[in-house]
Parts: sequence; structure tokens; C-alpha cells
Amino acid sequence: MRLQTPEKTVTFTFDGRRIKAVPGEPLSAALLANGIKLVARSFKYHRPRGVMSAGSEEQNALVTVGHGAQAEPNVRATTLEVSEGLEVSSQNAWPSLRYDALAVNDLVSPFLAAGFYYKTFMWPRSFWEKLYEPVIRRAAGLGGLSGETNPDTYEKAFAFCDVLVIGAGPAGLMAALTAGRAGADVIIADEDTEMGGRLLREREQIDGKDARAWVADALAELDALPNVRCMTRTTVTGAYDQGTYGALERLAGARAADKPVECFWRIVAKRAILCAGALERPIAFPNNDRPGIMMASAVRAYVNRWGVAPGKAVAVFGNNDDAHRTAHDLAEVGIKVAAVIDSRDDAKVSGDYPLYTGAQVIATKGRHGLKSITIRHNGGTRTIQADCLAMSGGWNPTVHLTCHMNGRPTWREEIASFVPTPDSIPGMVTAGACNGTFSTVACLTEGADVAADVARDLGLKPQTTVPAADDAAYAITPLWAVPGKGRKWIDFQNDVHVKDIRLAAQENFRSVEHMKRYTTQGMAPDQGKSSNVVALAVLADATGRGIPETGTTTFRPPYVPVSIAAMGAGSQGKGFAPERFTTSHQASIACDAPMIEAGLWYRPSYFPQKGETHWRQSCDREVGYVRNAVGVCDVSTLGKIDIQGPDAAALLDFVYTNMFSTLKVGRVRYGLMLREDGHVMDDGTTARLGAQHFVMTTTTAAAGLVMRHLEFVLQVLRPDLDAKIISVTEQWAQFAVAGPQARALLNTVLDQPLDDETWPFMACGAVDVAGVRGRLFRISFSGEHAYEVAVPARYGESLFRMLVAQAEVMGGGPYGMEALNVLRIEKGFITHAEIHGRTTAFDIGMGRMVSAKKDCIGKAAAARPGLSGEMRQQLVGLRAKSPDHGLSAGAHLFAKDAAETRVNSQGYVTSACFSPTLQTHLALGFVENGRARHGEVIKLRDHLRDITEEVEVCDPVFFDPTGGRARG
Amino acid sequence: MVKLIALTPCAGLLPITHGGVEVTEVRPERLMSVAPYAGQSKATSAKLKEQIGEGLSAVMCRAGAVTWFGHGTWLVAGEVALDGVAAVTDQSDAWAVVAISGAGAEDVLARLVPVDLRAGVFKKNHVAKTMLGHMAVTITRTDTATFEIMVMRAMARTLVHDLDIAMRGVAAR
Amino acid sequence: MRITCPNCGPRDRREFYYQGDALALDRPAEDAGLEAWDDYLHNRENPAGDTADLWFHEAGCGAWLVVERNTVTHAVHKATLAEKAKR
Repeated sequence: MRLQTPEKTVTFTFDGRRIKAVPGEPLSAALLANGIKLVARSFKYHRPRGVMSAGSEEQNALVTVGHGAQAEPNVRATTLEVSEGLEVSSQNAWPSLRYDALAVNDLVSPFLAAGFYYKTFMWPRSFWEKLYEPVIRRAAGLGGLSGETNPDTYEKAFAFCDVLVIGAGPAGLMAALTAGRAGADVIIADEDTEMGGRLLREREQIDGKDARAWVADALAELDALPNVRCMTRTTVTGAYDQGTYGALERLAGARAADKPVECFWRIVAKRAILCAGALERPIAFPNNDRPGIMMASAVRAYVNRWGVAPGKAVAVFGNNDDAHRTAHDLAEVGIKVAAVIDSRDDAKVSGDYPLYTGAQVIATKGRHGLKSITIRHNGGTRTIQADCLAMSGGWNPTVHLTCHMNGRPTWREEIASFVPTPDSIPGMVTAGACNGTFSTVACLTEGADVAADVARDLGLKPQTTVPAADDAAYAITPLWAVPGKGRKWIDFQNDVHVKDIRLAAQENFRSVEHMKRYTTQGMAPDQGKSSNVVALAVLADATGRGIPETGTTTFRPPYVPVSIAAMGAGSQGKGFAPERFTTSHQASIACDAPMIEAGLWYRPSYFPQKGETHWRQSCDREVGYVRNAVGVCDVSTLGKIDIQGPDAAALLDFVYTNMFSTLKVGRVRYGLMLREDGHVMDDGTTARLGAQHFVMTTTTAAAGLVMRHLEFVLQVLRPDLDAKIISVTEQWAQFAVAGPQARALLNTVLDQPLDDETWPFMACGAVDVAGVRGRLFRISFSGEHAYEVAVPARYGESLFRMLVAQAEVMGGGPYGMEALNVLRIEKGFITHAEIHGRTTAFDIGMGRMVSAKKDCIGKAAAARPGLSGEMRQQLVGLRAKSPDHGLSAGAHLFAKDAAETRVNSQGYVTSACFSPTLQTHLALGFVENGRARHGEVIKLRDHLRDITEEVEVCDPVFFDPTGGRARG
Repeated sequence: MVKLIALTPCAGLLPITHGGVEVTEVRPERLMSVAPYAGQSKATSAKLKEQIGEGLSAVMCRAGAVTWFGHGTWLVAGEVALDGVAAVTDQSDAWAVVAISGAGAEDVLARLVPVDLRAGVFKKNHVAKTMLGHMAVTITRTDTATFEIMVMRAMARTLVHDLDIAMRGVAAR
Repeated sequence: MRITCPNCGPRDRREFYYQGDALALDRPAEDAGLEAWDDYLHNRENPAGDTADLWFHEAGCGAWLVVERNTVTHAVHKATLAEKAKR
């Protein structure tokens, strides 16, 4: 029922029913205004539930918004803003909210008590996966996901400030004003749609005017300060190290293309002031979960802020002075106060309505909405007709954020609540109700004072002026649970009642952390915001301990549920990882080459031609280009590191196992790099361009790793070395030109032709490529006469296209990763398939490359016992005994007649291919004492692909063992 | 005679505009990295001043053609010869360089960059070596509402993709 | 977590690569013996309290840092350039 006719309305639907509402009001207000009390079904027992609160702590009224891929389940009706066309449906009910089949759970509830799952579904074991789990999973949970990709946009962002004020109630506003006026960079964040906190929900005066008018003035002043940023709809969800805070912002208004639904902020603040307020807690009494039973502060919030009466005859049940405010405010606007039931014997009369002292609610009636309550009071028992019951068990300061870095709150007896322990979060102070300071004037004062302290700490000169305001006392006599029979709900969201907690204690789950896990209290999406303190008070009572000794469970981030989409914002689709494209990318795509990822790079697998139906056909053809004519391949993805300086050669001697100081200018040498633990890190060629100038190449995969390693050596291990390194991977587009016609092809694009005398194998130097200064390296990863030619990247595409076009005329063409792999296996050249992190220089047959004349990284550790010798699995070639039978990488190797069990494994296959050159299947692998076993026939067994083959162990260099082709 | 054709890193990708923020490609002709050898910072600075009118800039700053480019390294827009005092490496083709400008440029970057780029903190000619999304970048404020962003050339497309999404989000607010 | 880089000022942890204990600064001589190398490569204290380790400002300025911090309170006391560390 609305207290006034609204100026403007919108229409939304709830379970298909069209409902009028005030735009921007919370869904909960709109439902109450239209007399809708039954909103949801509870999690476990499917009990009818209605709106309980007026904030993000809502336990009952969870709904699904939208439909299809955009449907969002478990949205709290209390924080969802109503807009035109909004589509809302109830969840966890079938066939309908009113007649829900699984409400049968409620009838058999004596069998579904806490720990029920643990005890019931133990035997027989085999039933768990097939029967119990699927059934439980179907019954469990509230709203469901669509299973479709969410098309909405989510965002993340970073913000920085001097002072982060968390919460914009009286304390927060005063803190922001004080810090802002002093000149600090302030961010004030509040989860509500408007700032003001409880000042928007109470009837009181500040500075002689309506509190709401004071709030409006304060906000106008904050808006006008350029150093203050106000963030509404923004919940600070977590406190992290070094002043980092997480915050979830819900964007206002309807969804639209490109517009983010939510933004997850990382806010870095020099200081933070927590002004998060307090949450009212329920009282456990029998059937306290009926629709129409709400928090007392929520009842007056709906009346005062949104002009909605949650009932026609409202009863108020409380154990503290604050509950009387609700009765008072209801009476002010003419809503009938059926009774005020105060559990305290000494409660004072607060208005013109019946007051029962020393009284408790002992029963309630009304299945889909409250009809009456029965009370026991100092004068006896009586039944009172009421369609709404406002309850107040007192206030819990919102201490959550102060506990996010392992802080534990402190019990304060006089308010029967936990308050923050000072300095729990470095740089954060607390003020107002979250600090246990409840009166308005005290909140305003504390907000101003702590902000002034913070501003002074930041070197500013703050001034504090605090307006006059209400200073009502707050007195409470704890009442946690009403004695007697019946189910008295504590955690409404997870359906946990008093008896469940007593049962936990009885079964010796006496620690609060054990009780939580046994009963699931506090484990629902609301994380027990409203129920924790009541639950542990009941546990304390059941175990005969005090509340401080019992302690709280650990409050962890996030304070409110945060969607995975918001946390992962920016990483959807192509945002997941950067893509690196070579300069030849477009040219390769134009050839329909399928691309394969190599780290972040995209490289062509092969270049299909018309009529080819299988990648092997393309691959075999491309291998033929290189062996018989000429092939062109983009090798720009290999890491290239420019190394200069007086100690450049000394650096290389230290990081490579072999000597580089002896390398002549204009020559290239293969180098092997170890980790300090003696295993191979990477390999590649390094060219000496000048006396103090080298360019190192790394594998594509290890480029970043090697760069970091070289910086580590220069800055951490050997700062005495005067050498400078910088990546030039992106500077140069580099292409391998390989095959008997390689020189002929290059001579068509080089300004000065090559000859054998000036360009022998392993030579390097500057060349002019079609008018552009480039570099040439006579190196080969295919075993053929080959070069790598490099030009500045801007010319990369042009040169690639030119080389490919000319190669095609010569009977060659481009080749991709598949052919490159075959070519190197035929030659026994290693990649990271072989140097996978567990192999030593000895294992790969390069033990003699570890120079005895100098120290190098990994040398000492490589000499350890066990890293060389006959028992090591050593690199070998493997040749299929049946040439047309495929071999597979990952297969294990066994003695010919051994059983194919793990203990008998003597090694494994790292790379395999069909060699069109040798017309047989080949592989590289590691086998125990392999180098001494050339000629032996062993067994290859791939259990995954079900392949068993006999293979002959041989030298890993299958083709052209003398290397004459590369040198010739 | 055959000649190679030059393409810029962002060829075909830029400019883009959303809600008053524009991203355009910057095409530096020559970029040389300069890393002074041990004890040679002053000598390097003097030679640079002679050759291009500016010495080594302060850490996290740009001065004229000289931009701080990380630990012990500067990037110089122009040809320099510093034989013996500093390592000089051609980086002219290694970087995709874009300018993002407009009143919302700071908000766009706040969606992608984890450092404080607000005008009061990150002033004109300030330089940050940091991240944009998952990429390492160098960001320079070149004017009140203009930033220059450098990213590895091969990641130009991802840079434009990430900026485009952030710009759309800011524009839709 | 934030680390104040001596070059760049306070930066988010995501810009840094974590290496491990700062004892890596004191690399043994080639002939220091198996035990010294075993300690250097593998044996680490696991302190509940102050510790010093090496971080690389990989997505920033490229400096290797010695970061002194507390594993219990998460306080980061200071970060200094590794190349200037005493060895």
C-alpha cells in the first residue's frame, strides 16, 4: 500500500503479472506497495518467504531478472531498481510460487536436520555418483543459470585517492566533507542508489532541518569539490594489502549495447575510513520466517523513504529502544500499530499504542502471509491480529571489512555486539555505527573527527564543524532466542534454525567454525550477515561459554556476491590474452593457412593447395620444397636479444655452456643455456656483429624467460659485467630461406649477390634487401643450405610476399610449422619437446658443450651425481620397423619383450613425424643408456592411442649425418 | 629496381572514435634505445645534448626527443651516434605507437591501466612503464588530455581491441 | 599487494614477477662443493615474519628488486635495486 499517489510510474512483470511501480525504487518496495508478500521459496525446505530487509543483506527475497542468456539468478529484490519493462520471476519453486511441490521437504523436515547429508548418503558408496549426487544437485540451489554465453558487457577499472570513505551515512558524509574541505583526494562509495544511509530512512532533524535536506546540502557541497568523487551503487567488497580495496559498481538504468552492467573497481587509497553502518539482527522465535515478518528498521525504511506501508496492522517485537522508533514512525503516518512487544521488563512507553513488557512472540500464523501472532507477556498470553511484524534483536556493527586481513572483532557488552578491533587493516579507521556508535550526533562527530585525524596525517589542515542532531540513547537487553518449542529460524537463507545449532553442539561441533560447516549457517550468498551473531550466541548458550570465548567465524571478501563476469571483466573473448601477429600474418591468411598458437604468437601450420584434402599432403609437399628447391618460413617469433658493451662476450660465456668470447666478428655459433640447477633452459644461435655487439636468438617459447634470465644475471648475479641487453624481436621481420635454391632465391632480392667465399656456413652480416638495410645469417634448422634474412618490421610483409612469389617460380614456396617440425626431426634438431625442463646437456648428447675452461650458469649443478651416466635416459632416434606405421609423441618405450607397465618403462617419445624424405615414420625420444643401444629393437607403446610398434634405436640425426648439405 | 614497401604497425586499424575520445596512430620515423655503460651517464647526456638538443631525461619523464624507457634505458626519437659511452639499438620498427585524446581519455585508461594517471599526479611529459590489459606498455602524457601509448608492434591489434572496448564502455555511461 | 619500485613508485603486484629468496644474490663459487650448491639451489627458510626476496618489475621498468616484507602482516618494508645490494 502506498501512502501517497506517485507522480510517475513504470510497469514491470513479476511471474508474468504486470505491476505498476515508481521508477528507481527497489523491487521489494514495489512488491510491498502492491500487497505482494510471498516472493520466494526458501533454499532447503521451500518455505514461503517474503521481503525481510531493505538492503544488500536480504536473505529471503531473491529473484531472477530477465530471461534466456541474459537471465541473472539470485538477485536481491531489495537492491534491484525497478525500470520500465523489467522482467522478474520467482525461483526455487515448481510448479508455482504458491503451490511448490518441493514444499514436501518442509513436512519431512525432522529427517533433514543439520548433518543430514553427512549421515544419510554414506552407503552404499557406489550410490553417491550415480544416485545421491544427481538428485541432490537437482534439488539444491536457488536460481539457475541459462547455460548460454552472457552477451552483456562487464567492466573493470582502477581508481586512486588519498582517502576512501566507505559508506555515506551520517559518519561517512561528515568524513568526506571534512577530508574533502581540507583538500584531500576523496572517493566516497556507497552501495545505495542515493547517498545518505539511514538519514534517508529516518524521521529526524540535523542543523534544525529535515535530515534529508541536510543530506542534499552535503551532497551538493561534495559534488562541487573537484577533489571529491562520489560513487553510488558501489559496494566496497574487500580490503586487501597496501591500501587496495575491491568495489562493485552496478550501473544505473536499463541494459544497453556496449554499456557495462557492472564495473569491478580496484581502488588504491592512502587511507580509508570505514563508515559501513550496522545491520539489524533478527530474533529467533517460532515460525519467525513468515512473509510479513520483517526487520523493524526495514519497515520504517519502506514507510519513510519509499512511502510504502508493509502492512495494515503492524506489530513490533524488540529487545531494544530502537525498535520503538518503528512504532513511533508508523503512528506518525497513520499506520495502525497493533502492539509493541518488548522483551525487557523495564521498557518505557514510547507512544500511543499497546505496549507489552517482558513479552515475547511465541507463535505466528498465516501460511502465505502473516495473519496473527501469539505473545507471552508479564500478564499472560494473547493473540494479536497483525499482517506485518517488525522485529529487532539489536544492531550488529558492519565490521566485515576490518576482518579481511585476519582481524578479529572485539565484543562490547553494553551494545551486545562485536565492534572492530583498531588497526585491523593498516591505514583504515572506523567511524559511526560500524564502530558501535549509534546516535546521529555521535556518528556525525566521529566521522568528522577521524577524517580530521586522517587529513592531518596526510599533511593537511582540516577543520571540523559538526551540526546539531539527534542524540537518542540506545539501550538493549539481549534476547537471542525465545525459549520453547517450534522451529526458530536464524539463517533464513540457508534454512538453519536454533535446534540445528544445538544439535551441532550436542554432536561436539563446538567450535564456531565447525558449527558453521555442520549446519551451513552463514554459508549462503549473504554469508550470514544477519545471522552470525545470533547463531554464535545460541552456540555459546548450548556449550555453556560466553560469546567472546565462542568468537566469530572469519569474515572474508567479498562483502556482497560479485559476479564472475565482473571479476573477469575485460578477459572475455579476445581480451583473454594478447595476440601477437607476425608481419606475414595477412599474407599467410590469404593463402588459407590454418594458424597455430605458439605462446601468444600465431604461426601458419601449413599452406594448403587446391586438391589437398589432408594436412599431411601439404606438409609433405612443403618438406619437398626445402629438400629439393627452396622454402620460405617466417621465423620472426624467435626471441632476438641485442647485447652490447665491453663485457658482452663475458656475459655470453657466463650464460652459455660453450665459449662465445672466441667467436669471430661476422660469425654465428650455436649455444646451449642451462638453468642454475643444471638442466637445459634454452638453445639458439648467437651472432657476433661487432667486437662488443652480439644478437642472440632464443626459442619462441622461451623468449620472455631468457630475457628475464639475462636481466637476472646482469642485475643480481653479475652486476660487475658492463653489458646492456634489449629485445629486438619486434624490430626485425626475419625469414628462413632454405633449400638447394636458397642462395639463388635470395640473390633475386639482394642488392649484392651472395657467394660461398664471403658467405660460408655460419656467417652473418649486413646486407641490402631491395634497397633496405637488413641482416643475413647463414644458419640452418632444416639441414639444408639455408639463410635467415631480416629486415626492419615495416618491410616484413613486402619481403615475405616477394620471397614467396619468387620461390614459387623456382619450384618452392612457403612452409609452415608442420613442415618445419618434420625437417628438424629428420635432422635430430631439438626443440622444447626435448629440452622440456628435466633434461641435461648430457641427456641430449651435448655434454661436451659444457666448457671446462670457465664457469657458467648450471655448470656446478650439472656435475652432480645422477645427472649424467648410463642410468640417464638419453636422446635417441627411433625408426619404425614397419615404415607405414605411425609413431606417437608421449608413448613409452619398453624392452622388446617386457610387459608394458609403468615400472618397466625405459623412456618415452618426445617428437614423431612421417618423413617424406626417408619415406618412413621417425621419432625422437629418450631411453635409458640410449646412446649405447643404437641398433637395438625396442617396443613403443602408447596406452592412450592404443599404438604398439617395434622401433629401432638409432642416432637422432636420420638425414645427412655429415651435414654436407648445410655447408655446401 | 625492386623496392620494399613499408607498412605501419596499425595499418588498417586506426583511427577509431567513441564518445569524444579518439585513438590515432603515431608514426615515429626513428627510435633508438640508449643505455649508458657503467659510469657513462654524464658523457651520454652530453653527447645527446650535442646531437639532438636534450640530455637523458629524469626517470619517469620525457624531455624533448628523449624518453625514459625503463631501468637504465632511454628511447631517443632521432639518429644518434654514441660510440663507446652507451649501447644504441634501433627500435624504430619495434613499437606500435598510438595517441589517445579527448576529455574521457583518462577514464578509458582507468579501465585498462593499473597506475594513477590522474592529471594532478601524472603530469605532462610524465612516463609510466606499466601494463594495459595484459600487455606491457609505455604511457606518456603528451598534453592535458592526450596520452601516447607504446606497445610491442605484434600486439597492435590487441591494443586497438582493448582500447575500443574500454572506449565504448565509457561512452555508454 | 603493492610494491614501491625504486624507479616507478608504488605499483600493483600484477606488474611484478616473483623469483624467490634473496639468498640467490650470493652465488657460490664453481668449486664451492655439493653442499653449498645444494643450499643455494634448494634449501630455504620459511619464516613467519620478516623475509627478503627477489622480484622482477617485468611489466614495468625491468629492474630486479630486493623486497623486504613480512609474511605474517603482509607489510612491505622496502624495495631496493638488486644490482646495488651488498653481496
